[in-house]
Amino acid sequence: MARVEIYTEACKSCSYCVISCPKKTLEISEKVNSKGYLYAEQVRPEDCIGCMMCAQICPDAAIEVWR
Amino acid sequence: MAEERKVYSRTKGILPDTVSGFCPGCMHSTVHKIVGEAAEELGQLDNLVRVEGVGCCGLGQFYVSCDETIAAHGRAGAVATGIKRSSPNSLVYTYQGDGDLAAIGLAETLSAANRGENFTVIFINNGIYGMTGGQLAPTTLVGMKSTTTPLGRKAEEHGYPLHICEIINQLTAPYYIERVSCDTPQHVIAARKAIKKAFQYQLEGRGYSIIEVVTSCPTNWGLDTLSSLNFLREKMFAEYPLGVFRDRGKETADDSSAKV
Ligand code: SF4
Ligand code: SF4
Repeated sequence: MARVEIYTEACKSCSYCVISCPKKTLEISEKVNSKGYLYAEQVRPEDCIGCMMCAQICPDAAIEVWR
Repeated sequence: MAEERKVYSRTKGILPDTVSGFCPGCMHSTVHKIVGEAAEELGQLDNLVRVEGVGCCGLGQFYVSCDETIAAHGRAGAVATGIKRSSPNSLVYTYQGDGDLAAIGLAETLSAANRGENFTVIFINNGIYGMTGGQLAPTTLVGMKSTTTPLGRKAEEHGYPLHICEIINQLTAPYYIERVSCDTPQHVIAARKAIKKAFQYQLEGRGYSIIEVVTSCPTNWGLDTLSSLNFLREKMFAEYPLGVFRDRGKETADDSSAKV
């Protein structure tokens, strides 16, 4: 099974990963990091295929992928 | 079940546990990431030297892990010339925005390209001055509002957008010229490939290369991150089409027998 890990402190809530995930596993959460950004979260990890699209697009290098 | 493997890691080209100073959705961050990845893939992180322009790109000094210096505004091409000539084995790149490279630094930019200096230029074109507060840049689109053209750029008064790749493509010496973007994962991958190729050419001593990255500036465009992607695709790509302008390496590989 594939999964992503999000370095939430670096996330700036741009949503690029959310719109780029072909399986729609990511969403902007209601949680806030220390910079005040609502950070992205993987809400449907069971659907993740490890394609790395989210990690490629993330400007802030906040996403790492395992598979 | 096969053992789990990490397939995408944060590059060592940017500092660990560090948040970039760039705005949300700003592709300066993306380009810093892929420059690090390209150098890492080539095993050149320890050999990488960055010459930084002035403007938003200056925020990169707190973010990258390589050796670097900051040139006076616009003069990165001249400083990189000195560094590369005195340390020819270093992998040298300039990192410059449109205000730096295409306005105040136009002379240094064109002179270095015209001499065919053996370094790589990474040019960030977001059509506006970022850090100084959203003023008109040479690359601002006709009709586009900036703080110094509140009614929009007027061609009669402010001239037309400057096409750097097209201008450099008129010179004899440059080896590789490509315009890329970072608005989709596919474009990010292509942009990284272009930067890696430019670095490879430099390591082979083939001469000057420039990679222009057409990017967004959500903050100074006054758009949210996702709307800025639409503006980028609809307006910026229309003025600044993506693609390879020149690739001498490919020409020689493709038709070694045909034209000289
Ligand atoms: S690796 Fe692919 S499927 Fe998994 S979250 Fe990222 S984009 Fe979605
Ligand atoms: S792309 Fe990166 S910075 Fe943007 S929301 Fe996703 S994790 Fe956060």
